[in-house]
Amino acid sequence: MYRRYRLPSMWRDMDQLQQEMNRLIESSLRSRTLRPLGFPAINVWTSDDGQVITAELPGVSADDIDIEVTADTLTISGERNPDQFERDMQPHRRERKFGEFSRTIQLPFIVDTDKVDAVLRDGILEISLTRAEVDKPKKIAAQSA
Amino acid sequence: MAKSEEKAMEVPEQELVPTEEMERTRERRCFIPKTDIYETEEDIVVVADLPGVDQNSIDITLEKNILTIAAFGNPTLPEGFNLLYAEYEPGDYQRSFRITSDIEHDEIEAMVSNGELRLRLPKADSAKVKKIPVKTG
Repeated sequence: MYRRYRLPSMWRDMDQLQQEMNRLIESSLRSRTLRPLGFPAINVWTSDDGQVITAELPGVSADDIDIEVTADTLTISGERNPDQFERDMQPHRRERKFGEFSRTIQLPFIVDTDKVDAVLRDGILEISLTRAEVDKPKKIAAQSA
Repeated sequence: MAKSEEKAMEVPEQELVPTEEMERTRERRCFIPKTDIYETEEDIVVVADLPGVDQNSIDITLEKNILTIAAFGNPTLPEGFNLLYAEYEPGDYQRSFRITSDIEHDEIEAMVSNGELRLRLPKADSAKVKKIPVKTG
């Protein structure tokens, strides 16, 4: 009888431990993104006709971003300007990084350079790239002799 | 810019881990925004990176010296495209700071541009440093 009264508290601890473990496993499994290979971090969206590349560029104005497209490479470069330091400004915490950045992305197709479109909205840059007509697969109908 | 600095820019965003006391109601992931804090004689300036957030989806509260920034991203996903490769995930942002100075609550200014939040918290008169002039005897 003594034991029966002692057990529940142990099970409670076990339950709690199990919950903690589940949470830990779930949180590690949920990381669906890869570690960025450079700045800015990018996402690549694809379809048959082209790709959309989005990049996180908070605090960078459109004038400070250069986008270059050659046949099948895209380069995003620019500069993130540091805050204008006021006189007697004392830093408490500095986590944001500044400076020049450049990133070149190899694309799986030849780009129609006339149809490149780039929009910067709320610190997210979205570049639409259309696959050139010459790069698209051509269907050839076999003729019976 | 030096190579080492460029490396530092690649640090991925930290995720806010839900604790026993606080669980989120939205399923979206919540990140801790990178933040700079400066102090001048007159104000405390808080600058936070909130990519993908516009001025209508930020909640800023200051209660009992705890400043909380909560921002909700509203991403528009490219239509007709499939996600092929991802290095970041659009999400929400939340972070709290304990402000040690007294703040003039009515004069707090907040501004958002290009996914960057800039907060100016003017110090109350009682918190300002008083300089005492030294006279020659």
